[in-house]
Amino acid sequence: MHELSLVAGLFDVLEEKAREQNALRITAVKLRVGRLSGVVPDLIESAFDAFKKGTLADGARLEIEVAPFDFKCRRCGGTTFQGEPAAACAACGSTDIELIGGMDLVIEKIEIEIPDP
Amino acid sequence: MTKKDVLVLKDLLGTNNQIAAEIRRELRARGILCVNLLSSPGSGKTTVLEALADRLGGGHRMAVIEGDIETERDAERIRARGIPAWQITTGGACHLEAKMVGKVLGEVPADIDFLFIENVGNLVCPAGYDLGESLRCVLLSSPEGDDKPGKYPRAFLTADILLLTKADLLPFLPFDPEKAAAEALTINPRLKVFRLSALKGEGMDELAAFFVEALARERARRA
Repeated sequence: MHELSLVAGLFDVLEEKAREQNALRITAVKLRVGRLSGVVPDLIESAFDAFKKGTLADGARLEIEVAPFDFKCRRCGGTTFQGEPAAACAACGSTDIELIGGMDLVIEKIEIEIPDP
Repeated sequence: MTKKDVLVLKDLLGTNNQIAAEIRRELRARGILCVNLLSSPGSGKTTVLEALADRLGGGHRMAVIEGDIETERDAERIRARGIPAWQITTGGACHLEAKMVGKVLGEVPADIDFLFIENVGNLVCPAGYDLGESLRCVLLSSPEGDDKPGKYPRAFLTADILLLTKADLLPFLPFDPEKAAAEALTINPRLKVFRLSALKGEGMDELAAFFVEALARERARRA
């Protein structure tokens, strides 16, 4: 739904990193999309392709990894596990669980080309 | 020319979460219970707030932040009950973000007990944006159909309270409140479920009492 503005934010970060690193080109971008982030990978790809034209990332490969839900058990405390929304704790079987991850959209890393030293 | 990998690890949604965390800290410090209401358009969010205004009046003060794409209509309805209300018009954005709430927060009186935020009517996008609330409340009205929790899981998964609204229409509709509640509880077993008709008053005293208790719990945590 708001992929276009998120990709605009992504390019702000890419520009900053490219400048910092004195990059000639950005050849790949790796994103991790949480299952609950509300972000649709296909729409991110379309927005990325539209935005990259004429930038240092023109021609960059976009890799998207969809990250699962992360839960913490409230009963046995501290146990964290991955699963589906109706999941039960992997250790004690309790359904009193708290969602602690899977809501983010993270730029993991970029691959760049820099001038030879 | 040399290739190089650069680790970035930046969350593009992180800015909203940081602002929301600051809002939550500030409201907790002031002893205010903040509730974020979200649902489809027309599920009865404003009507529930009007009914709460009539019930939380004795001894408690509430304020409302309204989110809509256009118009002051909802804020006017709330002000007509003598409750301070601020209207945020997003001009097209499908959800409220923490920074929009942050801008209004300075005007909210410090001595209120409850701050209700009525999100833009939308069962999808508002669920992804923390506004700094202590409780998130999702509404599902009987005309919408009892199959919605499974179709829009994020709203139900991230909520603390489920209001099954427009219970007065149940005799005329195929809506099964037990089925709706069961499906929502499968997605999120922590949900506290209320069945109510804000228009007729059914279930509203229980909801008001729940918020009063939640306020006491919130303040006890602070103490």
